[in-house]
Amino acid sequence: MDTIVQEDLQEQFEATLARGDRIEPRDWMPDDYRATLVRQIAQHAHSEIIGMQPEGAWISRAPSLRRKATLLAKVQDEAGHGLYLYSAAETLGTSRGELTEKLLAGRQKYSSIFAYPTPSYADVGTIGWLVDGAAICNQVPLCRTSYGPYGRAMIRVCKEESFHQRQGFELLMTMMQGTDEQRAMVQESVDRFWWPALMMFGPPDADSPNTARSMAWGIKRDTNDDLRQKFVDMTVPQAERLGVRLPDDGLVWNEARGHHDFTPPDWDELAAVVRGDGPCSAERLAHRRRAHEDGAWVREAALAFAARAEADRAGEGAR
Amino acid sequence: MTGDDAHWAFGTSFVDPLAGVDTTLPDGVDGGELAAYCLMLGDDALVASHRLAEWCSNAPDLEEDVALANIALDLLGQARLLLARAAAADPGAVPPLPAGSPVPGEDALAFFRDADDYRCVRLVEPENGDFGETVARLLCFATWRLALLARLVDSRDPVLAAIAAKGVKEVAYHRDHAARWVVTLARGTAESRRRVRAGLRAVWPHRAELARTHPVEARLARAGVAVDPADVVAEVDGVLAQVLRAADLDDLGPCAAGPVLDGPGGRDGRHTPDLAALLAEMQVVARAHPAGRW
Repeated sequence: MDTIVQEDLQEQFEATLARGDRIEPRDWMPDDYRATLVRQIAQHAHSEIIGMQPEGAWISRAPSLRRKATLLAKVQDEAGHGLYLYSAAETLGTSRGELTEKLLAGRQKYSSIFAYPTPSYADVGTIGWLVDGAAICNQVPLCRTSYGPYGRAMIRVCKEESFHQRQGFELLMTMMQGTDEQRAMVQESVDRFWWPALMMFGPPDADSPNTARSMAWGIKRDTNDDLRQKFVDMTVPQAERLGVRLPDDGLVWNEARGHHDFTPPDWDELAAVVRGDGPCSAERLAHRRRAHEDGAWVREAALAFAARAEADRAGEGAR
Repeated sequence: MTGDDAHWAFGTSFVDPLAGVDTTLPDGVDGGELAAYCLMLGDDALVASHRLAEWCSNAPDLEEDVALANIALDLLGQARLLLARAAAADPGAVPPLPAGSPVPGEDALAFFRDADDYRCVRLVEPENGDFGETVARLLCFATWRLALLARLVDSRDPVLAAIAAKGVKEVAYHRDHAARWVVTLARGTAESRRRVRAGLRAVWPHRAELARTHPVEARLARAGVAVDPADVVAEVDGVLAQVLRAADLDDLGPCAAGPVLDGPGGRDGRHTPDLAALLAEMQVVARAHPAGRW
């Protein structure tokens, strides 16, 4: 492209960001901005879809009909979030099929949290409370992200996530009012999920090379460490209300900072999970691959049927 | 959660699905018989829902994950209402639990009955098989259930009538969804046609049981409370024949219902081994905590 035209477009793009307006699909955008968005939205969409598995495993064993319905509806919402997000990514010139292939080939990531196992029914509540709670901290600012379709998808996602978080907290609260065994289940689950939940915000700012650029582009609105702090501050009083202990001896209120001090999670563990070496990483991808491959004949049939119906209509039109 | 706290998260506080509903028995209706009938229809819905929910995260496409979960949720909602109605009509039908257990009647019925005490038809019990078999089973089940519910809206039991009125709208969609898939698969590729045909053939033999009338159904139908399944056979066959014609699968024949089921069936508590396996999984957490609060 002509260099002068290119500079004009770049200026317009930056002026749009500076005004706080949205970039829309038909607007010019730098290639790196587009690539960063595709990577981030795809990762987010994949997280929703892979995230159906750890909780979905409990749909068949939920201990009351009300909880069975609530959980099934929640996992269904996650499939819906995946759909909005893949659609948002498609406005950038990619396709759901292409992104799915990249996920299955290990070339695109999903949230580290879903590489952890869910051996207890209490994990359903803990995922709602801590994991969806962390997701909300990450995602609410994305409602104001600079790319229009992503921001609009996030508004709907956040409403539903917020509902899931309250449902999770309510499940744990109910279990805490039950038997001693139930209270022990809740505490054990919180002990396992606390550290992986802190890791959901990504590496510390000093080790997050993409943060500055994503913030300059208005894709990201807060740093990893700021969001992590916000999550800890929000969660501590909720844990007190529940009557569970957060498993960190270093967790104390710091009057001078006006925030809680806390022990950072094991960053080596996060790096291993992101590399694909989490406790359930292989299992999660294998599940998705199997479902995708088992369904191939159905998708092919639907396409063949649609093509035939289209040809029949065209034939009728020609007569 | 107590007081106003109960309403802080929409949808989490509906502990009693029949809250505020007058559950007085209609004149001349035996509570035990009404409860037995509600368990038949409720168990059909619960087991069918459980199987459909197994597709969640395993469906051929995200749209289908959502659709099958929707259908499973509708049926689960019907099951809750019917099991709660059974518990209200005949508290003696509810399995005993430890003194002070907070488990409500609907959950005691769902999670603390053994397979022998379930009253679902065998059609809904088998493992899902592939997607072709699942949509074949759903077509058969939803066509039959819709015909039953459409008549049940006139039941003398106002609670059953209301449950049926809600269910008719839902199951009409289930039948439509299944019929569309049967036609799509039958007219899609050679592979999909082979699979949906195999699915229909696997499901077909169970249809004989759907046409049978249990003595409880016969008595309650005479009392204007229930629907006699024999009365919906022609309608069910007619709808299935229409779908098979659209699918160009007429040769399967809607009336070739396979061998007539001899002796007791699901309505009598005689089930396929798949039901016991399904319940063992479904009930495992609830039974480990009989005094648990969920």
